[in-house]
Amino acid sequence: MAAGTNADQLHGTLDMLVLKVLQAGPQHGYGIAVRLQALSADVLSVEEGSLYPALYRMAQRGWIGSTWGVSENNRRARFYRLTPAGRRQLSAETESWRRLTGAVARVLETGSGLGSRPRDRR
Amino acid sequence: MRILRLIADRWRALVGRERVTGEIADELAHHEALLAETLERGGLSPDAARAEARRRVGNRALLQDRGYDVRGGGAAEALLQDLRYGLRGLRKQPLYTLVAVATLALGIGANTAIFSVASGVLLRPLPYANGDRLSMVWMDNRRIDLARDWHSYPAYEDYRTGNTTFEDMAAFNRRSWTITGQGEPTRIRGAHATASLFPVLGATAEIGRVFTREEDEGGAAVMVLSHGLWQRMFGGRPDVIGRTVTLSARPTEVIGVMPAGFAFPTPDTDLWVPTSVAPGARTNRGAIWLQVIGLRKPGVGVAQAQADLERVNRAILEANPNQQGYGVFVTSYYDEVVGPVRPAILALLGAVGLVLLIACTNVANLAMTRAATRDREFALRAAIGAGRGRLVRQLLTESVLLAVAGGVTGLALGAAGLQLLVAVAPPDLPRLAAIGIDGRVFAFTALLALATGLVFGVAPAWQTARTDPGAALKEGGRGASAGGRGFRRALVVAEVALAVMLLVGAGLMVRSLVRMQQVDLGLDTTGVLSARVALLGDRYQDEAPRVDFFARFVDRARAVPGVEAAAAVGSVFLSATPNSTNFAIEGRPDFAPDEAIEVPVDSLTPGYFDLMRVPLREGRAFDTRDTATSEPVAIVNASMARRFWPEGALGRRFKFGRLASGTPWMTIVGVAADTRRTGYEAAVRPEVYLPQSQGAEYSMQVLLRTTGDPAAMAPALRSLVRDLDPSVALQDLRPLDEERDAMLAQRRLNTRLFALFAVVAAALAAIGIYGVIAHGVAQRTRELGVRVALGATGRSLLGLVLREALGLVGIGLVLGLGGALAAGGAMRRLLYEVEPADPATLVAIALLTLAVAALAVAAPAIRALRVDPLHALRDG
Repeated sequence: MAAGTNADQLHGTLDMLVLKVLQAGPQHGYGIAVRLQALSADVLSVEEGSLYPALYRMAQRGWIGSTWGVSENNRRARFYRLTPAGRRQLSAETESWRRLTGAVARVLETGSGLGSRPRDRR
Repeated sequence: MRILRLIADRWRALVGRERVTGEIADELAHHEALLAETLERGGLSPDAARAEARRRVGNRALLQDRGYDVRGGGAAEALLQDLRYGLRGLRKQPLYTLVAVATLALGIGANTAIFSVASGVLLRPLPYANGDRLSMVWMDNRRIDLARDWHSYPAYEDYRTGNTTFEDMAAFNRRSWTITGQGEPTRIRGAHATASLFPVLGATAEIGRVFTREEDEGGAAVMVLSHGLWQRMFGGRPDVIGRTVTLSARPTEVIGVMPAGFAFPTPDTDLWVPTSVAPGARTNRGAIWLQVIGLRKPGVGVAQAQADLERVNRAILEANPNQQGYGVFVTSYYDEVVGPVRPAILALLGAVGLVLLIACTNVANLAMTRAATRDREFALRAAIGAGRGRLVRQLLTESVLLAVAGGVTGLALGAAGLQLLVAVAPPDLPRLAAIGIDGRVFAFTALLALATGLVFGVAPAWQTARTDPGAALKEGGRGASAGGRGFRRALVVAEVALAVMLLVGAGLMVRSLVRMQQVDLGLDTTGVLSARVALLGDRYQDEAPRVDFFARFVDRARAVPGVEAAAAVGSVFLSATPNSTNFAIEGRPDFAPDEAIEVPVDSLTPGYFDLMRVPLREGRAFDTRDTATSEPVAIVNASMARRFWPEGALGRRFKFGRLASGTPWMTIVGVAADTRRTGYEAAVRPEVYLPQSQGAEYSMQVLLRTTGDPAAMAPALRSLVRDLDPSVALQDLRPLDEERDAMLAQRRLNTRLFALFAVVAAALAAIGIYGVIAHGVAQRTRELGVRVALGATGRSLLGLVLREALGLVGIGLVLGLGGALAAGGAMRRLLYEVEPADPATLVAIALLTLAVAALAVAAPAIRALRVDPLHALRDG
């Protein structure tokens, strides 16, 4: 495992990340995994056991589509691409993620002693 | 688009799991290969790279499975999984399962049994070819107020030849014969019939042949046997054809056997002979002795046939003015057969339908309670990815599972109930033989079970679908079911209303039965043994030996120890179409044709009125002074005396026929009290009694009033008759009470069934009320605890619970009473001297409902009283 953070701990955000990767263009499963790892500067390593079920689930929901094609090394591979529904999903999730992380960040920056004097903060 | 893809995915998954999983395998292999290459480029040996790649891609089979599942391939398998899961869940809560299945089985079983009856009696086609085109053609006899009277032979011929709407008509007349020379003399029920009867009914002989028109009109001594009689009496031997059998002292040739299942006009008809009778019977318009059935031409309705035959009747009246008052009345044969029982069967179907609805309501209630306690489980499952649809489907699957179990049990229960029902059903219930569990009943039950499962399954599923998983988890699984509470209370209201409707119906029927049983028939059948004795053969050709036979019977019977009195009468109870005749009164003109009336006439021996405890209002009974040679005398009933001789009937004279008829004048020597001889519901008619010594019949009902159990005297009666003449057969040897009770049998059965269903409904509703209130108390333990802590008294807590429960019951009661009033019109035909809005019944049922509800609420209310505030607050 390349880094300390496991993708499983980010359950639910995996979908968003995969969609983000696919925003750049159609890609096969392995390609998605490699790209995710690269984009996150090796912080995020995707387990195959999570990636493929996530892909099938998102295909089911209509966020991504798939076609069989030929990969860069001339192998038969299934390529996934973003659908319009997936694009909408991505922007919605990105937005709510930003809100959440923003909120968490604000709390972390200002919140020392928060638990011991709750009433003072009203 | 998405839908299409979903369908495509599911379809592919269903038609070929292999292919879908193959695609997934390809994809994973591709991934593994690329990974291995990358690792190799990173410095690993090819073997190590492949091994690492395989380890990383992991358990390929598991991945394939998960891929298969999320891609929708699991739809079919999910159902299996739902079923497995449902079964496990139901097994884990055996009490819930048992109660639910038992409740459903009760509802479905009752429906199966009653629907079997409805299917056999109402739905199955009549067992005759073209049964739907058969019509009864009655004489509408306004002279005796009988819409369904019989015809004379000439009238039958006129209708048969003069109509344009029937393919053919046939006349018949039920009778009993004595067969001798085949073991004990045996009475057999059969029918005189014209040769056209068989083609009209579309029937042919199984072996041999039926009789021809020539044989019929020529009075040939031939007979056709039923399949049953052929088996019983002749051992099913084919050589019975051509044999000569002594039929009521007349040698008669067996010419044919009808196929099994053929019976007409009644199920117990065992032989058919031509309509040959006394000379003149075929020409005399005054001799009314035939029933007529016709086969309408295709496309001809009953009304059209009626209009056609009315035209023929006008011609008859024109040619025979003395036939005024005789009309014609065409009915569908199907209506004749099932008409009398249809209202009762429909009412019972409605009753069991309500029972099933209540059962559904109860199980829905149970299921909702159960679902509510599973809120957390469902919330958890929702959180780990089970879709809401999946959860709803799971609940519906469980409901249908329960319903199927209830359906199977119900079918068995229904079959058993049906057997019992057929066993206790009065034998005159039409089409008894057609009742059974067949494909139609089976399909009905299966559909019913599935529909039931969906009906009671929807409520808890809907409740769950509305539940917010987050809320359920947060609130600790308590408050989440509050939404279902209102719905459950509505269910209680509904089932109380349904049960009240049924109870009111049952109450009305019970009151009708009681009223009817209280009707004084005017004669005392208790302690009387009865049998029909028919004299036949040359030796009874004259009147004297017949008079002598019954006189000697009465004399000898009186000497038997245990016999208090003995007598003979034509018939104690009269059929709907009794032997009746016109009459004329001395000193008055003949009745005008449209005023002429007919009166039933019966012969009886001295002592009859005493034996039956019928008081004489005036004059005397018949005695030994009344002989064949003495002055002709008659006794009339009070109705006749009042109607025709209001100034006093004793000593007045009248004769049968018209003034000009050659019949003798008869002097009225007595007036007997009215008796209800045509049954409980028919009005009393004017009636005439003649002394048997002046009008001896061939066949009479002999009666013994016994000091002990009348049935125990049966052997004595048998030997009395055998001693007088061993060739005489006895028929219907039984206590007279049985004959009387038979007139009430159908009503009694209907009432009992209706009452049974109403009690079941009330019990189910009570259980339902108990369940909801108990659940409510359990859920409000904390609230009640707080109230106690704040100083609420036990009384106020009790009031709280009772107010809620009785509020629900009250609303249900009002709705139910309203429903019963609205549906009352449909009940009217089943009631006897009771109004559908009978206040006593309504009040009684209202009180009963409140009492039952109070019982159902008592236990939870007491539990509310015992709430320990500390306990409640800590654990709540």
